[in-house]
Amino acid sequence: MTCQDHKDLMMAYLDDELDQQQKRAFEEHLASCAECARQLDEFRRLKQLTDSVSFIEPEDRIWQQYWDNVYNRVERGLGWILFSMAAILLAIYGGFKLIETIVTDPDVGALLKVALLVLIGGLAILFVSLLRERLYFWGKDRYKDVRR
Amino acid sequence: MESFCEEETLALWGSRSSTKDAFEAIVKRHMKDAYFIALGLVGNHDDALELSQEAFFRAFKNIKQLSSKGKFFPWFYQILRNLCFSHLRKRRVRRADSLEELDGDTIQANVSDVFDPEMVAERNESKDRVWKAIARLDDKHREVIVLRHFQNLSYEEISKILFCNRGTVTSRLYYARKRLKEILDREKGGRQ
Repeated sequence: MTCQDHKDLMMAYLDDELDQQQKRAFEEHLASCAECARQLDEFRRLKQLTDSVSFIEPEDRIWQQYWDNVYNRVERGLGWILFSMAAILLAIYGGFKLIETIVTDPDVGALLKVALLVLIGGLAILFVSLLRERLYFWGKDRYKDVRR
Repeated sequence: MESFCEEETLALWGSRSSTKDAFEAIVKRHMKDAYFIALGLVGNHDDALELSQEAFFRAFKNIKQLSSKGKFFPWFYQILRNLCFSHLRKRRVRRADSLEELDGDTIQANVSDVFDPEMVAERNESKDRVWKAIARLDDKHREVIVLRHFQNLSYEEISKILFCNRGTVTSRLYYARKRLKEILDREKGGRQ
């Protein structure tokens, strides 16, 4: 084993994560390697220093209100989903009614009606094209499960 | 501390009368761990509270992704750490935008400014120095220091929640401590 291998063992030795046999082997190495012994000593001092740092415990009211705050987010999230769905449905319904009114209104000129229908046709093609592209790439994307 | 990785969290799910009650039990069981881990990663109370609560909210939204055999905390931890790291990235980008000509080290030092020294219990000069040095570590190095020193997790537990093997935990801890020591030594040298 090289000193580099022992450096990995050094952390586990420091944190008392070695079994008896590994511990003995590492201590034997320490006895014969001044460099590793010196490093271990430095890491031991650093560990003591780091272990001495702890966090202030927040006031009790933070823990008492914690779940309520999480639940409020859940509730508001649900509220936003319902609101968005209803807004989309109402917008589609309103748009449909508006188009129907314009198309069936005899006072509206034929040119405007044709332009409106072409506009709707264009939007529909764009929507279908985008949807198809998304579905096609989603099926073929090898990285879709990779966490970003 | 009870193990993060025990199966019983999910058992709670089936034993409660409603989803809300079950999730409430899970949140109450893990809220302190979530808050203190976030505090170690982002360095101040307000962000830690906000991010840990947001992580629970996202966990609730996506709870179906957790397979029945999965354990709640390792899965939840991925959500929490991604949120914290993404928060830190945004903070760095904001700082970099406002301080255009600074190099990486200076930006990291500026980000560490928001690590609130008031969060450290029984403060003294050496603890403040360590906390400041931890703030200046890379995210992944700070993460193992937080999990090992502040959460007192074993290597086994750390490897479970980081979804890596024990060897990776050991070597990441080695480099994190080495870097921590370098920062402390450099600072000590600079003050002399």
